[in-house]
Formats: sequence, C-alpha cells, structure tokens
Amino acid sequence: MKVKNNIAVSENGFIFNPGSGESFTVNPVGLEMLNHLRKGLSHSEIIAAMQASYNVEADNAERDLLDFIEMMRQYRLMQHDDE
Amino acid sequence: MSKPRLTIGVTGLNAIDSPGPGVAVIRGLREAASFDVRIIGLSYESLEPGIYMHDIVDKTYQIPYPSAGMEVLMTRLEYIHEQEKLDVIIPNFDAELYSFIKLSDTLKKKGIHTFLPTMEQFEERHKVNLNKFGNKYNILVPESKSVYSVNEVQQLEKDYDWPLVVKGKYYDATLAYNFDQVKSAFNKISAKWGLPIIIQKFVHGTEYNVTGLGDGEGNTVAAVPMRKQYITDKGKAWGGISISDKEALALTKRFLSETKWRGGFELELMKDKEGKYHLLEINPRMPAWIYLAVGVGQNIPEALTRLAMGWPTDAFTTYEVGKMFIRYAWDMIVDLHEFEQISTNGEL
Repeated sequence: MKVKNNIAVSENGFIFNPGSGESFTVNPVGLEMLNHLRKGLSHSEIIAAMQASYNVEADNAERDLLDFIEMMRQYRLMQHDDE
Repeated sequence: MSKPRLTIGVTGLNAIDSPGPGVAVIRGLREAASFDVRIIGLSYESLEPGIYMHDIVDKTYQIPYPSAGMEVLMTRLEYIHEQEKLDVIIPNFDAELYSFIKLSDTLKKKGIHTFLPTMEQFEERHKVNLNKFGNKYNILVPESKSVYSVNEVQQLEKDYDWPLVVKGKYYDATLAYNFDQVKSAFNKISAKWGLPIIIQKFVHGTEYNVTGLGDGEGNTVAAVPMRKQYITDKGKAWGGISISDKEALALTKRFLSETKWRGGFELELMKDKEGKYHLLEINPRMPAWIYLAVGVGQNIPEALTRLAMGWPTDAFTTYEVGKMFIRYAWDMIVDLHEFEQISTNGEL
C-alpha cells in the first residue's frame, strides 16, 4: 500500500482528497510520517527517521506508524502499489 | 468588437433556504464572456428575493403557476415578450418544465429560444420511471415504487429494509425509519406536491452531485462533480467542493451519450462502500449550486444560452478541482412600495 498519488498535502498538515472532496488535518508528527510515506520510504527507514527527530523507542514508533497507516487506509487515502 | 446583447427571462428567483437556481444562473449569465444581458425575472411569489436584487435582475414579471394551464402562461409570456423582446427563457423549476417544453415550439416562432430536454427525456428520467430508466441504460438505481396510499407501503416492508426514502413527485425527500414516519412524510409531501409518492430503497454511502450540459446529440458540453460539505435540514447543500472523480464523470458521459440529453441537468449519485455509484435522481435543469461550475471554469448558463441561440459552442474540457462554494443568507432592506408594485401590478 502507498499514499494515493493525487492527494494534496499543505505545509500546515491540511490534506485534501480531490477524488472524494474530503479534507483532514494531521499534527506535525503525522505530517512528518505522511511526507516520509509519500517519498516512498520503507517502514524501517521511517521508524529510524522518527527516532532521529523524537525521543521515541523503535517499538512505539513502529506502532504509531502502523496505526497511522491503518487510519489513512480507513479514510481511503491509501492505494495498492499497482494502482 | 461589441458583444451581442441578449434579453433573457429566468425563473427560480426564490433564493431562500431551499433555493431555486435562478439567482445563481443569472450570476453566470452576467459573467458571460461572449454576450451582455438584460435579465427579466419571472416570478411566482411576491417575496422571491431575486425580485428585489436589482443588480441581478433588471425587471421582474410575475407569471402564473403551472396549475393555471399553458394558455394562461402563454398569454402572460406574450405580454412580457411585447414589453421586453425576449431572446431566451431559462426555466429553472422541475414543476414548470412540462409547460415550457410543450410551449417551446410556439415560443420559438415568436423568437424566444429555449434549450430544454425533449418531452420523452423529461418523462423518462422522472422519479416515477427511474427503475425503468436504470434498466434501459444499464445504470444502477435504487429500487423504488410509486405509491398512492400509505397502506401500499406496508406491502413494501417485505422487500425493502428500513430506513426508506419517501420522495415527492417533484421535490422533497425524507428518510423514514418506521411506518409512523412514513405516514407522516407521506401526508406532508403529498399535501405539497400531490401523488404519487415515491418510496425508494435507501443506499448507504456518500452523496455526490454532477451538474452539466448536454447538446442533445449525445455530447457532453460541460460536467462538474461536487461533494456536499454542509447540508441543511432540508437536504440542500450550503457548502460544497468541486472534485475530480473519473467514475462520476464517466457515468455522466454515458448518461449523455445514451439519452442524448438536451439541456442542463443535475445527477444525484450515491457512492456505496464498494465504490459503486447509484443514480438517485436526475434533475432536468441546472441546480441551485450552478455558480460553483461557473467558478471552476465552466459557465454552463452561458453555454446553455449559446446552444439555445443556435450559436457554435465549444465543450468544456477542464475545471478547477478543490474549489468550494459556501452559501450565505443576507437581509435586504426593501421599500414597501416595491412589494406593493409586484403584488398589485405583477411587475417590478
């Protein structure tokens, strides 16, 4: 799964899905994870980047990342890799 | 080079909480790049706000309700035409379209152009006939049945799950979660719009709308999909956003090419959890939110007028995605004299 190609993300963490018209906001940590995901970084690369930015255990960072991805999926902001 | 000046009669000036499209249509006409306009408002009630918006409407004439019959309407339109030399009339209410479609040839002979669906298209897409329409054109529509008495709904309970959508012939729709609610909605809506009442299966999902324009030969002249962001208790969009939805646009193109729809329209669509679109309703005219289409680059009122005049009209191919409209209420201060004028003389 990857972040949908067409979604727009502002510097303030405002997300717009032009396909559905839905909009969302994410906090700075969410925005950082989202930007890493959009760049196509692997989970382990994102976890390492989060650990570099914040004082966080790898397990916690991984759990937060997986929760975040699941939420993105539920809000239909993710697509299959081959789409 | 100076632009041609057209005198255009527009109905639907009731810019109220369940607004008619007239004022939005006129805003599009006033922003037309290819012609200038003199706008003649055609009103039914003395308190339609558009009558008093003098920067929107140049002059207003009251016209008779459709129930008065076509002859009375034609007589009134002839009088207005004598005064104003109308080039085009754009009717904006479902309930008046029957009369205007029937009168369109007579109007044309007098030099008044319209660009309306054919009577066959108008009838075929009617809520009462939507199931047949869906089958004919292979478009998913929620199952529905026209009923003439509340008791008929009891028989539907076997096949339909709660909630049900109770719809009026022309306007109004209410969700009913039990038989008592059906009864109440049935009585309320039938008192206003008559019979039959349409009972429709409820489709869970997200509602999308598409407005557009068909040239009558199967081509898409314009199409803009929108998602409602703020819905009033009357189910009307008070805010919405233009979206990029390939499937909704493909469905719209198919609707136009299959039916050869002529004129403006609005498709009400429900996208279910599996991503399938169900066509809930086809409104045979531009919607009240038509100014969003103008704002995103498709001036549908202008294009419709050009088609009515028989002028060459290019199809729109793009529009801005992510543009919103937000409606607002605005109190105008009106002299009693103006109210008196429209109430007693039928003109202002």
